[in-house]
Amino acid sequence: MSVSLPVSRTRRSAPRLWGTVLAVAFAWVVGYVLNGFVWDRIVFDVFGLDPESRLGGAVHFFVYDTTKILLLLGGIVFIVTILRSFVTIERTRTLLGGKREGYGNVAAAGLGVVTPFCSCSAVPAFIGFVAAGVPLGVTLSFLIASPMVNEVAVILIFGMFGFKVAAMYVGFGLLVAIVAGYVLGRMRLERWVEPFVFETKLRGELVEPSTDMPWEDRLALGWQEVRTIVGKIWPYLLVGIALGAVIHGWAPEGLFTSLAGSGNPFAVPFAVLLGIPLYSSAAGVIPLVQALSEKGVALGTVLAFMMAVVALSLPEMILLRRVLQPKLLVTFVGVVGTGILAVGYLFNFVI
Amino acid sequence: MKVEILGTGCKSCAALEKATATALERLGVDVPIDRVTDYGEIAAYGVMSTPALVIDGQVRTIGRVPSVWDLTEIIDGAQR
Repeated sequence: MSVSLPVSRTRRSAPRLWGTVLAVAFAWVVGYVLNGFVWDRIVFDVFGLDPESRLGGAVHFFVYDTTKILLLLGGIVFIVTILRSFVTIERTRTLLGGKREGYGNVAAAGLGVVTPFCSCSAVPAFIGFVAAGVPLGVTLSFLIASPMVNEVAVILIFGMFGFKVAAMYVGFGLLVAIVAGYVLGRMRLERWVEPFVFETKLRGELVEPSTDMPWEDRLALGWQEVRTIVGKIWPYLLVGIALGAVIHGWAPEGLFTSLAGSGNPFAVPFAVLLGIPLYSSAAGVIPLVQALSEKGVALGTVLAFMMAVVALSLPEMILLRRVLQPKLLVTFVGVVGTGILAVGYLFNFVI
Repeated sequence: MKVEILGTGCKSCAALEKATATALERLGVDVPIDRVTDYGEIAAYGVMSTPALVIDGQVRTIGRVPSVWDLTEIIDGAQR
């Protein structure tokens, strides 16, 4: 049966399309470069706030950080979505299918970083991996690395703390995912996986056309993703930056140095325990974490807090309960939490 | 023709269902859209990122909400 299709879509010509992309990229760079200058003029000159005062400092922190994070977030999500339109989780699974534990954990953690994945798909992904014969520990490495070392977190850490800290975060994040997945795999916990997972038989035929999309669609997908992500996380972002601004403006210098400086051995476990039940996007935690570290909380402690918030969240645990029995969930949280704890101490020791 | 939407009830699943309904209407195809929400069923299709569109047992899109125009093309292509 053939139907005359509605001619509602107008395909844009290639030069116009790339012209738009270039113009937006240019506007982005100008905005990013002028961000500090423009807000200095507006906050301190137009509104006459004193840069040395608490209010002036807090207001400037809030508007400057909001602009900076939104620009970083938008740019990165756009580029990463386009890069990821060449990879699919289904392809990743095929790559992991024949892998043994050990090498498989390394591959899974690495692929967890580059594969497009949303925590709302954690359960179908888990079943899909296990049903396709990917070992449990390797699957868990993937599920740990994917939220922890995500592009939003890494780029924001880079923007706030610089290259060295971002590189260490990626390195240690991957290490936690690899080691925790390997350890969990060695523990032979298959009996605590809900039985239906192993009974799932793959059927149906996969006709996935999305890997050979035209560029116009990839760009549209990137733009759609920027809108979705910014639309989803802006409340976390504003609360995080507002808390950060208050700490930046009013908390006295060195407030946390005695409480949570590198000298206090209990700071790291406390940060991890606090971070596990909390759920926030990395974009909301980082401005808060930046203000905390400014006031004397040791960097390893804040990063452990952040890893605990993004990698172990209560909503994701509730979702995973569908496929993992409580004993396995608790073991999972325990092993990953211990890994994060070790990273926190290590960071404090190294820096 | 059998049209199924695989998804566990996230926002984009509803968006895909709505867009698919519009596309079907434009094509003048009157078939119901089945919602598959069971995790085991979804995974059995080999799908790991939701929402997904399945036509006559074949997975046509995964993990995204295509435009109505694209869906119209996809459904029309699947019919032949």
